[in-house]
Amino acid sequence: MFVARGLTKVYQTGEVTVHALRGVDFDLFPGELVVLLGPSGSGKSTLLNILGGLDVPTAGSVVYQDHDLTAAGEAALTEYRRTHVGFVFQFYNLIPSLTARENVALVTEIVEHPMTPEQALDLVGLQQRLDHFPAQLSGGEQQRVAIARAIAKRPDVLLCDEPTGALDIATGVVVLDAIETVNRELGTSTVVITDNAAIAAMADRVVRLADGRVAGIEVNTRKRPVHELQW
Amino acid sequence: MVTWLDRVRPSALNRKLWRDVWEMKGQALAIASVIAAGVTMYVTYLSNFDSLQRTRADYYERQRFADVFASLTRAPHSLAARIADIEGVETVSTRVVADVTLDVPGIAEPAGGRLVAIPERAQPVLNGLYLRSGRWIDPTRPDEVLASEMFAEANGFRAGDRVAAISNGRKRWLTVVGIALSPEYIFAVKPGEIVPDRKRYGIFWMGQHALASAFDMEGGFNDVSVSISRNASEAEIIAAVDRLIEPYGGLGAIPRRLQISAWTLENELTQLQTFGFILPAIFLGVAVFILNVALTRALALQRQQIAALKALGYANAELAWHYLKWAVVIAAGGAVAGVLAGAQFGAGMTQLYNQYFRFPALDYRLSLDVAVQSVVGSVIVAALGAQTAVRRAVSVPPAEAMRPEPPGQYRSSIIERPWRRSRLSHATRMVLRNIERQPMRSVLSVAGIALAVAVLVVGFSFITVMEDLVDQQFTKTMRQDATVSFVRPRSPGALHAVQHLLGVMDVEPFRIVPVRARVGHRNRTLAITAVGPNPHLNRIMDRQGHLVPLPESGLVISRMLGQVLGARVGDIVQLEVLEGHRPTADVRVQALIDDVLGLRAYMQLDAVRRLLREGATLSGAHMTVGPAARQRFYAEVKAMPAVAGVGLREIMLQNFRETMAESMNLQVFLNVFFAGIIAFGVVYNSARVSLSERTRELASLRVRGFTRAEISLILLGELAILTLLALPSGAIIGYTLGQLIMLAFNNEIYRITFTLTASTVAWAFLTVIASAFLSGLVVRRRLDTLDLVAVLKTRE
Repeated sequence: MFVARGLTKVYQTGEVTVHALRGVDFDLFPGELVVLLGPSGSGKSTLLNILGGLDVPTAGSVVYQDHDLTAAGEAALTEYRRTHVGFVFQFYNLIPSLTARENVALVTEIVEHPMTPEQALDLVGLQQRLDHFPAQLSGGEQQRVAIARAIAKRPDVLLCDEPTGALDIATGVVVLDAIETVNRELGTSTVVITDNAAIAAMADRVVRLADGRVAGIEVNTRKRPVHELQW
Repeated sequence: MVTWLDRVRPSALNRKLWRDVWEMKGQALAIASVIAAGVTMYVTYLSNFDSLQRTRADYYERQRFADVFASLTRAPHSLAARIADIEGVETVSTRVVADVTLDVPGIAEPAGGRLVAIPERAQPVLNGLYLRSGRWIDPTRPDEVLASEMFAEANGFRAGDRVAAISNGRKRWLTVVGIALSPEYIFAVKPGEIVPDRKRYGIFWMGQHALASAFDMEGGFNDVSVSISRNASEAEIIAAVDRLIEPYGGLGAIPRRLQISAWTLENELTQLQTFGFILPAIFLGVAVFILNVALTRALALQRQQIAALKALGYANAELAWHYLKWAVVIAAGGAVAGVLAGAQFGAGMTQLYNQYFRFPALDYRLSLDVAVQSVVGSVIVAALGAQTAVRRAVSVPPAEAMRPEPPGQYRSSIIERPWRRSRLSHATRMVLRNIERQPMRSVLSVAGIALAVAVLVVGFSFITVMEDLVDQQFTKTMRQDATVSFVRPRSPGALHAVQHLLGVMDVEPFRIVPVRARVGHRNRTLAITAVGPNPHLNRIMDRQGHLVPLPESGLVISRMLGQVLGARVGDIVQLEVLEGHRPTADVRVQALIDDVLGLRAYMQLDAVRRLLREGATLSGAHMTVGPAARQRFYAEVKAMPAVAGVGLREIMLQNFRETMAESMNLQVFLNVFFAGIIAFGVVYNSARVSLSERTRELASLRVRGFTRAEISLILLGELAILTLLALPSGAIIGYTLGQLIMLAFNNEIYRITFTLTASTVAWAFLTVIASAFLSGLVVRRRLDTLDLVAVLKTRE
């Protein structure tokens, strides 16, 4: 689905120049679940943002199916995000002034053939919490709302940036289980970023990143169900 | 499936909008109030403008208000036909008009009246009357008259009541049979005065035969009105009329717009319109400014929400519109409230207008145009004000917006450097560094508060400005108690008669000469006042209070008259005298006086006598009268055949205060009230913005052991410093603004000087400081209830 070649990203933060990516090649195939593993600062988020059309590389190319994302303008990237990509962030990024149902509706209102918000929340096990505001939900519940929001549009690809980073083990497992369910039942290609090696066991493929470069790719011969994961 | 219910149910994004606006309701309310204040004024002024203009047009049309007016000494009826033959003249109406002294039951002072002839059996062909009550005069009863409504009302006259008119020393009883109104006297003011004296000046319409025989005018007329066809040249017709009436003592024809009532009304309308634009413009400007500041901050807090929405596939334009709607919702809310309040105040103002502009019906109507304009205008202006804030927030690339803003770059501030490591406490240092670190934001806050000060300074100044006008006119310029004018120019013998009336102490004679003044193609009919070189009773004074001496020859005129004529000092004005031998002479403008009231022209008595080639004739005299003898003086002067009218300073002042001041009071109240709203709105908003910016920082200080008082000091200290910085700059802005407003305010009737007094400034400062204090209290309460854990847990 994705073919990325020679991705480089350099940016300025305050007075510091950061080389986030230094020539990364990456592929993602339909229906697979890839875990991007690497320590903080290894460039995982930057890669994910570029794949998701939130950012553009300084050099290199990304092609999604027949879309060249590196050549796409602002409007084309917006359209790409709207139709094809579902995002899940470490800090959920829910809109605090909207209920769970309304947060999902934000997406279902702007795409064609979405699920209903109720269906999406049902899929992540939150059918009882439809009208709760984010502040009334636990961290795990908020993250599951975020997953429901991401999948409600029936995206082609689900990009998760440290979805369990802010959660404890038990809650993290519930969240990962939701992601796995989506991957399995809807066949959505999924990328999960983490610095937690234990999570890698749920992947079809594990791509290790270090210091802005790909440090290794492993195909998981024995994929483990989420409830068996431990860390 | 999209159902009907889905179409009407607001989208999730719109629900977010409502809840976000509700969340910042305090600030939203403050901003909306400022907008509401501006719109209230706009609606108050412009809806009155609209109502007056509509009523006026309708009235003029319905009652056939004439286009050209002229007075003359006496002409035979046959002249009317010749006037009618002028090309472009449609209708001619001739009549007798006479000014008399009135003896009104219950009033000691002599009152003035004007008798206007009307056909006994029909409405006049031009300047028709509106009969409010009673009946038309009976052709067989020569004493019957219709009285003007304002006069009748003020004196409690009803049909059947009588009033005595004194002319040429003869007393004549008039019986009021009806109450009427005329488009000629919407604003009825005694000649030579500026505000109507409802009790002491009345218009009486009397049968034409009765009036002609009373004033020896049978077979003739002394007043003519003309209506002209649509395409005719007004200037040419005036010139033609002037040529025809000249041999009969014509006083110069004037167009409708210079007819005293029409002219006053027009000036008032212009002023309403100017005010209706300038003041709301200032208010809207301030509102936009604080909206921008508030929105910039609110959007900074939404940084990560914006990133998330972008990640979900929302386009920049959709988000920009979403956030612009914040501004639109607030502005629309404010504007609608403003329209409602404006309708209330507008109706009140119309009531006041009814006190001195009298129409058959002056109904207040809030025009849809004005309402729509104010709502649409506010929304557009607010959206323009918000757009920079919105564009800045929305244009951040999503990946960047996802990361928290990099920490601000602090350094030790310039102010604290000299005292480094000295006695400055941590809190003081933080206050100074914060102000200095974000100089732009500090400047914006100072500017906002300064605007509040400025608006207040302007608002409060209206009070002093009116008092100054009264003081200038009625204390400094006019030092006489009474002004007596003669029926026609008299020899000094008449002056002696007046001088010897009981109680008269000091006398200053004057001569009034009607002229048509020309400079190039411009001309104006006016009255030249001739007095001695240094008049000491009715003094000639400029707005700064300097006495202006009269040169031996030449003219001294109001600066405004100079503007009307296009004449500067040294220019020659051609004076065409409109009485006596009607000489014409070229006279040089020797000085322009920047004076307060009217269009004045002065010359020395001797110079005027040379011009007129006549002896020592006088039109009247100003005089002081001992308080004990006043009642006797009034009684005697009323009965003097030579006296046409008496003006009393005390009464004029009283009338001025009653009418002018009354309508000004409403305006002053509006200005001050809304300036107060602005002040509070701006200051409260600044305080809330800095609170929301600093919650996290202050909470972490609390965690580290700072006391509530200490963190309050940091936040409120900053507010206090910004407020203090804003005070002087606000006074300066206010002064400039006031000058500009007064420039627009000044007209041919009166010119007002914008003055800034210490007490005005002090009141403005106190109001702002009080607003700051109140806002500080509100913010302080929020600080006291700061939920430390919650604040630190949220990731901003």
